[in-house]
Amino acid sequence: MKPTTWFELVIEASIHAAGYSAIVFVGLILIFLLREGLPALSEVELSALAGTRWYPIEHHFGLWPLIGGSLIVTLGAALIAVPFGLATAIYIAEIAPRWARELLKPLVEVLGGLPSVVLGFLGMLVLAPMVRETLHTPTGLTAFTGSVLLAGMAIPTLVSVAEDALDAVPKSYRDAALALGATRWQTIWRVTLPAARSGVLTAIMLGIGRAIGETMTVMMVTGNAARLPTSLNALFLPVRTMTATIAAEMGEVANGSVHYHVLFTIGIVLFLISLGVNIAASAVVFRQKKRAERLLS
Amino acid sequence: MAGLYRKGKRMNNDFAIMRAVNRSHFPSPRANRQPIFFYWLAVLALVGCASPAASAARPEAQVTLQNKGSDTMVNLALAWAEAYEAQQPDVSLAVTGGGSGTGLAALINGTVDLANASRAIKPEERQAAEANSIHPQEFIVARDAIAVIVNPRNPVNQLTLPQLSAIYSGQITNWREVGGEDRPIVLLSRETNSGTHIYFLENVLRLGSKENKTLFSPDTLLLPSSEGISAEIRQNPNAIGYDGLGYVTSDMKTVAVAAQAGGAYILPTIATVNDKSYPIARDLYIYSQGEPVGAVKAYLEWILSPAAQQIVAQLGFVPVK
Repeated sequence: MKPTTWFELVIEASIHAAGYSAIVFVGLILIFLLREGLPALSEVELSALAGTRWYPIEHHFGLWPLIGGSLIVTLGAALIAVPFGLATAIYIAEIAPRWARELLKPLVEVLGGLPSVVLGFLGMLVLAPMVRETLHTPTGLTAFTGSVLLAGMAIPTLVSVAEDALDAVPKSYRDAALALGATRWQTIWRVTLPAARSGVLTAIMLGIGRAIGETMTVMMVTGNAARLPTSLNALFLPVRTMTATIAAEMGEVANGSVHYHVLFTIGIVLFLISLGVNIAASAVVFRQKKRAERLLS
Repeated sequence: MAGLYRKGKRMNNDFAIMRAVNRSHFPSPRANRQPIFFYWLAVLALVGCASPAASAARPEAQVTLQNKGSDTMVNLALAWAEAYEAQQPDVSLAVTGGGSGTGLAALINGTVDLANASRAIKPEERQAAEANSIHPQEFIVARDAIAVIVNPRNPVNQLTLPQLSAIYSGQITNWREVGGEDRPIVLLSRETNSGTHIYFLENVLRLGSKENKTLFSPDTLLLPSSEGISAEIRQNPNAIGYDGLGYVTSDMKTVAVAAQAGGAYILPTIATVNDKSYPIARDLYIYSQGEPVGAVKAYLEWILSPAAQQIVAQLGFVPVK
């Protein structure tokens, strides 16, 4: 055992503290959410929370329209962002010439730094009228408009992380595939992409995570009508998401009122959804790793 | 603990300030007139003790009054503040919007001196204030008409209150049913923290009846700002919205409203609001923390003076005197 100086001890302790702080923060946030949100369950009947009408100033606290709204916007964003983002990542990592690659990657990352309010303005004044005129929907402020903008925000994250994962696949894999006579496309689809799977999956999860938690853009372009989405058609109608509801109503509620507690209950639901998404993702990655280890041994 | 709550609130405030600045036609003279350092010192002192009485006790010192609330009134409040600061250099006013509910909540929490509200304080808000030993005093400072607005391409020129109620509660969903083209009706409304929303709910959807429990249709788009409503009205011929008369611009069409079917259709103007013939008009309020004293009292007295009421008329609102 090497003798340790006090300096090393301090460094070691602060690294430990930094590592555990993430867990502590998540724990504290959870405790805070539960403390502020759980009283709602005793103040409002569970059947009322499971209602289909959200109109808090008249004590209608049905959460389904908000949960449905968040899910449909996020689903739409994922449907656009995943294929588009993956294609971009594959192009940058595998196909683009060196100069294009060095230009594209930083540009995509700059796109990721755009403030969401700016995107919201763009959506409200440019995208929404376009959606209404081309798709002939009654209004342009729809879940779809929100999905397109959220996809625009998720894509930079997705591209950046997925490109790194593809880039980390050893060159020998590609060389081996090409040597066996695989075409370039076959190499990408059958060798490189599966080898980078866990990184690509992380990229998708981070992108979706960004989409489900986004507030300002969604509040500005989805119309915020708390109607229950019952079919896929609802993608082209206005919706109200959980995040927009919290942001729009938090400033108004009296501290400690029923409405205040219900808003925290929405926070708990959001927390549980993102926890669920993360657990599912890491379970998939973990299972794949195990299989890869089995194959190698 | 209060972190998340404050965060939600802040975001709202920043947004409101941004809008307030955008709407202001009056460049702030504050920064030019005195060292910014003293301004912040005054703000810090006020935030620190949150006691207008303490600052009023030293009349020679710079006094900053915090004024927050109704988005309908934010232009008016800014114009008043600019004019008042020009004639009372030792008083400065920090004006922000956010909605009537937001302003009254701040008054209840003791963080503002004056709350602007486009609706009267609710009994439960008054109770909450009393619980914090704050006794809100009400002042009617102006009147406002709520204009019903549509896209200029929409041929509908007039509606009755019962028709508006049926449209906003979702019973009438096509413009054809009220004499327009065969188009779906897209309902626009302010968020539920807006005093305009509450007023419209009680006086238009429920036609002023306390027993009537009609709600806005779930398809109603709740937009977070007046600008959101204006933007959608300008570009969407399906849309119908409502907003304070001061926010109606020439690229939207104001609909004439009749109180009952068969009644006279009236367009909102200063004259029709003052003679009470336009049916959707309301009083605008400022609430103070308890009986106003010192700088707050002087400011409220000035607001009711002819000079300040002149500003009310200039901004498209209706003077109280």
